[in-house]
Amino acid sequence: MKIVVLVKHVPDAQFDRHITGSGNTTDRDESILSELDEYALEAALQLAEEHGGPKAGNEVIALSMGPSGAVNAVKKSLQIGAYSGVHLSDDALAGSDAAATSLALAAAIRHISADGRPVDLVLTGMASTDGETSLIPAQLAERLSYPQVTFASSLEVAGNQVTARRDAGAFSETVEAQLPAVVSVTDQINEPRYPNFKGILAAKKKKIASLSLSDIGVDASQVGLAGSWTVVESAEARPPRTAGTIITDDGDAGIKLVDFLAAQKLL
Amino acid sequence: MANALVFIDNPGAALKKSSLELLTIARSLGETAVAFTGELNDDVAATLGAYGATTVYLPSEEDLDNYLVGPKAAYLAAAVASSGATAVLLDNSPEGKEIAGRLGIKLNAGVITDVVGVEADGTAHKSVLAGSYNTTAKATTPVTVLSVKANNVEPSPVGAAAAPATATIEVPAGAIANSARIAARTEKPVSGRPDLSEARIVVAGGRGVDGDFAPVEELADALGAAVGASRAATDAGWIGHDAQVGQTGVTVSPQLYISAGISGAIQQKAGMQTSKVIVAINKDAESPVFEIADYGIIGDLFKVLPQATAEIKKRKG
Ligand SMILES: Cc1cc2nc3c(=O)[nH]c(=O)nc-3n(C[C@H](O)[C@H](O)[C@H](O)COP(=O)(O)OP(=O)(O)OC[C@H]3O[C@@H](n4cnc5c(N)ncnc54)[C@H](O)[C@@H]3O)c2cc1C
Repeated sequence: MKIVVLVKHVPDAQFDRHITGSGNTTDRDESILSELDEYALEAALQLAEEHGGPKAGNEVIALSMGPSGAVNAVKKSLQIGAYSGVHLSDDALAGSDAAATSLALAAAIRHISADGRPVDLVLTGMASTDGETSLIPAQLAERLSYPQVTFASSLEVAGNQVTARRDAGAFSETVEAQLPAVVSVTDQINEPRYPNFKGILAAKKKKIASLSLSDIGVDASQVGLAGSWTVVESAEARPPRTAGTIITDDGDAGIKLVDFLAAQKLL
Repeated sequence: MANALVFIDNPGAALKKSSLELLTIARSLGETAVAFTGELNDDVAATLGAYGATTVYLPSEEDLDNYLVGPKAAYLAAAVASSGATAVLLDNSPEGKEIAGRLGIKLNAGVITDVVGVEADGTAHKSVLAGSYNTTAKATTPVTVLSVKANNVEPSPVGAAAAPATATIEVPAGAIANSARIAARTEKPVSGRPDLSEARIVVAGGRGVDGDFAPVEELADALGAAVGASRAATDAGWIGHDAQVGQTGVTVSPQLYISAGISGAIQQKAGMQTSKVIVAINKDAESPVFEIADYGIIGDLFKVLPQATAEIKKRKG
């Protein structure tokens, strides 16, 4: 099986995050591998292992699109266990919305398939932890004409079919699709492994391919702010919430709480 | 020719409040049509008319629900073409967003998700980065696709209106072949409490409830509220995963969010900090949740919640 895992380099949510400059894009200093992508990577590694690992011809390729720093998301993925990495980077990609991002990623996946071994499965996290739109899996599937399975909380591949469980909404569902497919996984699916010392050493020997737009046959006008179908016209930092009244319970805090709710007309 | 097309997916016997909100927003954009799936009964048709829909489209295929989003997106794209609509409005549910995403690619249309307000020219307002920024965004394409969060407008009917016309839309033949099929589906038990994502009040419990959600549930019932939880509480199996509020759970924006025994980690805050009023009960004065609470109580939830519940019952008589 040839599995591509999409990994994104995102601003660390533990720090203040900022929208800056023209085009109102997110400041990417202090970025890390989006933690929701670790579940997709773990799912890919488990699938590959269940199917005989690298010796049986399985591949787990971590693919990241983003500026030079984004290669760190690929490196971290290799330390965790991805077999090889691909970094798609081009100045023209800056500011891409989901539509433009999915266009570039679809082209990158076609490129990765073009070595005679087509990609079977594209795995992603349930959302990036910065944009949080969850649009990429759906838009990528649409562009590649693959079925999509989203929010998988379990995953199996047998022969040419992927079977997943989904727990979203009012139903629990079992879903089946033919490969090749795009599958996004939730944070319920597994416990991602950490890189260990051996993994960190091994990662140094693994290959990271660098791709530019011309390598994947995409024109600069199709991506970035120019190729996006949406613009962010303004972005204003919300005043941070300030702490209100804090009381210590002296035995009547429940009653004071009801007084507060009544005063706020919330009863 | 319609200006706005609202997607209403299998509502059953009555329209959800969030659909009425979408119809109300659509009217402010111009003439409204509806792309409907499921059974259109007379009551639902009359309500659609009362909310200003002039045409209701129905799909030629009945089993769209047996597949994940692909065929619905294809149906909706065909309905956009028939109606001539330049704005498409959908629910902001995970499925609504995915249909929006696929539709956007089919129509070469910009998609904006998590919308909380729409202006007459289609400019959308949303908050990003876990509620730390308010942004306005716009599609630069002829058609705009918007998935809109619930609870941001008051639904209002136009008054007495004619029942809308209906028209059938041919679902493109190839749409089903390339989609994931739902092989089995079980409905989860319903609680009788308001839906978490739409509730006006949410009472949420965390690891601090130590396995016992009763005080949280009792306060929720006294307030007519939905019950939420932190991931620590859902992971422990004390309550279903559906109750999880936060980055990887449900995002809520109610009038009142009561947080009990929750520390207020960034991933939890991401799902609730746009609530109008936040109340926190926690025995640790250092908990980060107190940084964002309008009213914080340093205390034991097992004492504070039952006392508040009893007091509310007393005052309501
Ligand atoms: C990828 C990822 C996604 C995540 N997504 C989410 C998400 O969507 N939602 C979410 O909530 N978390 C999420 N988390 C987890 C999050 O980081 C925290 O671990 C979690 O929110 C902690 O839950 P808690 O506040 O209930 O538990 P704790 O942090 O353990 O806090 C329990 C609190 O209860 C208080 N307490 C204990 N007993 C009492 C008592 N008797 N009375 C009053 N107070 C008491 C304690 O003082 C403490 O502050 C995610 C984490 C990751 C890594």
